[in-house]
Amino acid sequence: MSQITARQNLYRKDRRSLFHGFDPVLTIVVGLLLFLGTLLVWAATRDWYARGGLDPQYYLKRHVINILIGAVLAYGVTVIDYRLLRAYTPILWGAAVLGLLIVLIPGLGTEKNGAKAWIALPGGFQIQPAELAKVGIIIGMAMILSERSHDSDKPSNKNVLQSLAVAALPVLLIILQPDMGTILIIAASVVTMIAVSGTSSKWVVGLLLLAVSGGFIAVQAGVVSEYQVKRLQTFVDPNADTQGSGYQLRQARITVGSGGLLGTGLFNGPQTSGRFVPEQQTDFIFTVAGEQLGFVGSGAILILYLILLMRAFSIARRTNDPFGRLVCTGVIAWFAFQMFENIGMTLGMMPMTGVPLPFISYGGSSMFATLIGFGLLQNVHARLRG
Amino acid sequence: MNNKSRLSLLVVQILIVSLVMALLGRLFFLQVASGAKYQDAAISIQSRDVITPAIRGIIVDGSGVALASNKVGLAITIDRIVVDELSDKGVSLMQRLANLLQLEYADIYQNTRLCGELPTGQKAGCWQGSRYQPIPITKSADPDTAIQIVERADLFPGVSAKPVAIRAYPSFYDVNAAHLLGYVGPLTERDLLSTNDKQYFRSESIGKTGLEIQYDSYLRGVPGIRTVIVDRKESITKESQNTASIDGDHLVTSLDVRLQAATEKALKDAVLRGRANGYKSDSGAAVVMDVRTGRILAMASYPTYDPNSWEKGLTVQQAKDLFSETKSVPALNRAIQGLFAPASTFKVISVVAADKAGYDLNATYDCPSQVEVGTRTFRNFDSKNQGRMNINTAIAVSCDTIWYQIAFDEWLRDGGLKPKSNPNDYFFKAAEAFKLTDRVGIDLPAESASRIADREYKKSWYEQNKDFYCNYKERAKKDQQSAFLIQLAAENCVDGDKVRAGDAVNFSIGQGDTVLTPLKLTQTYAAIANGGTIWQALVGKAIVKTDGTVVERFTPQKLGTLDVKPSTIKFLQSGLRQVVVRGTAAGVFSGFPIEVSGKTGTGEVFGRNPDGSAKDDTSWFASYAPTNNPRYAVTMMIGQGGFGASTSGVGVRAIYSTLFGVTGGRVVPGEAIFPEGKPPEQLPKISLVIKKKGEQ
Repeated sequence: MSQITARQNLYRKDRRSLFHGFDPVLTIVVGLLLFLGTLLVWAATRDWYARGGLDPQYYLKRHVINILIGAVLAYGVTVIDYRLLRAYTPILWGAAVLGLLIVLIPGLGTEKNGAKAWIALPGGFQIQPAELAKVGIIIGMAMILSERSHDSDKPSNKNVLQSLAVAALPVLLIILQPDMGTILIIAASVVTMIAVSGTSSKWVVGLLLLAVSGGFIAVQAGVVSEYQVKRLQTFVDPNADTQGSGYQLRQARITVGSGGLLGTGLFNGPQTSGRFVPEQQTDFIFTVAGEQLGFVGSGAILILYLILLMRAFSIARRTNDPFGRLVCTGVIAWFAFQMFENIGMTLGMMPMTGVPLPFISYGGSSMFATLIGFGLLQNVHARLRG
Repeated sequence: MNNKSRLSLLVVQILIVSLVMALLGRLFFLQVASGAKYQDAAISIQSRDVITPAIRGIIVDGSGVALASNKVGLAITIDRIVVDELSDKGVSLMQRLANLLQLEYADIYQNTRLCGELPTGQKAGCWQGSRYQPIPITKSADPDTAIQIVERADLFPGVSAKPVAIRAYPSFYDVNAAHLLGYVGPLTERDLLSTNDKQYFRSESIGKTGLEIQYDSYLRGVPGIRTVIVDRKESITKESQNTASIDGDHLVTSLDVRLQAATEKALKDAVLRGRANGYKSDSGAAVVMDVRTGRILAMASYPTYDPNSWEKGLTVQQAKDLFSETKSVPALNRAIQGLFAPASTFKVISVVAADKAGYDLNATYDCPSQVEVGTRTFRNFDSKNQGRMNINTAIAVSCDTIWYQIAFDEWLRDGGLKPKSNPNDYFFKAAEAFKLTDRVGIDLPAESASRIADREYKKSWYEQNKDFYCNYKERAKKDQQSAFLIQLAAENCVDGDKVRAGDAVNFSIGQGDTVLTPLKLTQTYAAIANGGTIWQALVGKAIVKTDGTVVERFTPQKLGTLDVKPSTIKFLQSGLRQVVVRGTAAGVFSGFPIEVSGKTGTGEVFGRNPDGSAKDDTSWFASYAPTNNPRYAVTMMIGQGGFGASTSGVGVRAIYSTLFGVTGGRVVPGEAIFPEGKPPEQLPKISLVIKKKGEQ
């Protein structure tokens, strides 16, 4: 026995702790967000399903499973070897682009709320390739933008162009769905990464101009669907479409507002229970927090996001590795703008887009992607001292 | 990291912190600053009030016989929210329903239109409630038919059948009383928005006219309210409040169902009699009042309508007919809303005027066949010279020329067309003494005010019409441009604001622009009968609960007294008796065992009927009985009914016959409506099991 045991003991001693390199603040904050999200998803669906004679824990169970799968992915991304991450990135990106192509094929892609964004899988599962595309674009761009010629501390114009090409193909495919919410998030990440890469300001200004004029032309040329325009109109004038998205936005505001300072108590919200707000376990999950947890609870969620993002900024500043910094900034922009779009829409500050709230909304693809993003932050953190 | 990277990172960080702060600020605004507003909004989204209407109180006569009660009917309703969504807006659905229910498609269509959806003039039969209530197209469906509809929901989307409490007017003794009772209908948007302190709920019914609206707050009761919390699919998730309904209280009236039925029949017979004598007799009214209290014992208006027609579902034609001129506007309650020249019944006022002007009532005066007033000749009613007579006889035989002379003389004394600054105006002041322009104060809606054509009236009339008469050739229609009318217009333009000789003369015999409602005249004759007290006319006696508890009693009020000397009132009483003993009504009441006092009236009417024919005279008979110790005042008026005595007088005698139990010229003991000689003072017991009088 002795030889094997000795080798095992040696191995064990040699191995570092399971969570070695994890940032504890980041981990605790995300853990809290996941926990709150689980409660909110349950609270959003329990009564409605119970009344329909269905399993009241249906969404709870699936949400927990999603988190578990996502946690495994996050762990894997955190501990994965740096070189492997770079090696897998083209595969991930390629898979995302392939997925984005598949959703556009009639019969394979599933349309929901006017966007062909999902691939239906057996067993009622669906995947949303655009979520994985976010990860692929961020790592891909970070790889290219962190390549340095010997005497330069900023990416060359060629590199910038290459990195933009990495983003452009998936973005074009997502425009075809169309899913404007995701495009806005990706655009925010792309501009932020280009800006932080240290390249010439011309690129940043140019990209911002491109984004504005592109959006304008898209609306004018009718590339943006009538559905999108309608959503935008109801944002400008909530009374324009009182039955459709105007109704949803008004209901969302009423639900959040009715929570008051302390809320109606978890699992005890008549607006949520009556399901007056649609999609309240996914896109409108923040209404559940608003009603049931009040300003105190929903404000706390915002503070948790703020801590998460500030911690990520700190990692981006501390790392000496340009790749790691760019991955961090890409993920920061992604999380921040997705959170802002989602909550802003719920509170009536942003037009209606169908993006989930990171770490909180129900939905497998989004959960996996955000937890991979979390893993990327941890990965960069883990190599701070190394 | 180069400086540019560092700066960019800082800019992004500041941007993101600001975004989170913006969200926090917005969250604070929504939840803390405007939380209360959104909480209210949330409650209105989540909660629904389910209203159980209370059982409406019944209306009974003085002895407890139901005039208005409730019964269960089977309603077929249409949900406009569902039906409007159908591809053909429900046309084929309503056609199927019309076939099945044997109704007219046009009626179903009209009955389910909101009144606001229809252009003015085409609203007859429209739905007065809102789009969000199921709209009944019938309330008396056959159960077998209803089952066919319910079982074929695919053929009849949005159509349902359910039992409903419906207002029923049981018509014992064939009583109609439609104008008194009114009817019940759905709430209108205006009712819901009304700012009075009553709180209405959309699914309730309320009284629309008559006693039903007058006493609605008592009859309606308090609906039960069950507040539930619902979800988006309107499924109930929680009950938050549940109060039981409180049944409405009952209205006891002073009416008597048999007397009411007899009054209606006498009125209708009078109309038919008038027609048989060649008069148009298009309308009428009759009132029976207790002269010692002002309580109304019976009141009828002709033409009438079926009070149950609303609950049965009014056809478009029925709804139009109610307000049709050619049908003489059956909706109008002529007893309180009809304004007619009182003609000779007004001479009681002229007697008082003459007395005050110093004429000796016991002296004799000439009653020539005609009197010249300026350039015009005013004739006696029958153009006969009656010789010399005292005022008493002048009342009895209804001499007009005596009054013409007195009125003309007094008019001249007051200055004629150039009136003195302080004219005596004995005739106008006598009308004032009778308080004719005061309302009768009846507990029914929309009473019309009577009108006295005095100097002030002439002035206001002139202000309103001088433009027309002074520009007659431009303003008047071509067919009104005859030489006579142009001449008349010219006169009106010059001195239309003055009381002219003709006005003064006409006033003395109740002709011209002076108009009274039949009820006002009844109240006045009741005051003469009781020695001068003007009693408020009252139908409602008390509000009681089923167990007999009295909620409220309505005691008659004295509105005032006639400003007439008791001796003059006595004189009037004797004159009114002479009318029946030896005057114009003697033939009608010959052999009648009860002593009656009264006055006939035959009023000329200017103007034309819708068919172009000249209008016939208004027939009046105003009276009270018994002459000594009077108890009841009875008035009948027949529009275009011809002579006062033969048309209305006979009708009034029929009413007295029932009232006193007169058959074949003698009083049959025990047959009188009120065997004790007066209406009951005790309140009856309320029985919700409806039974006729006598079925104990």
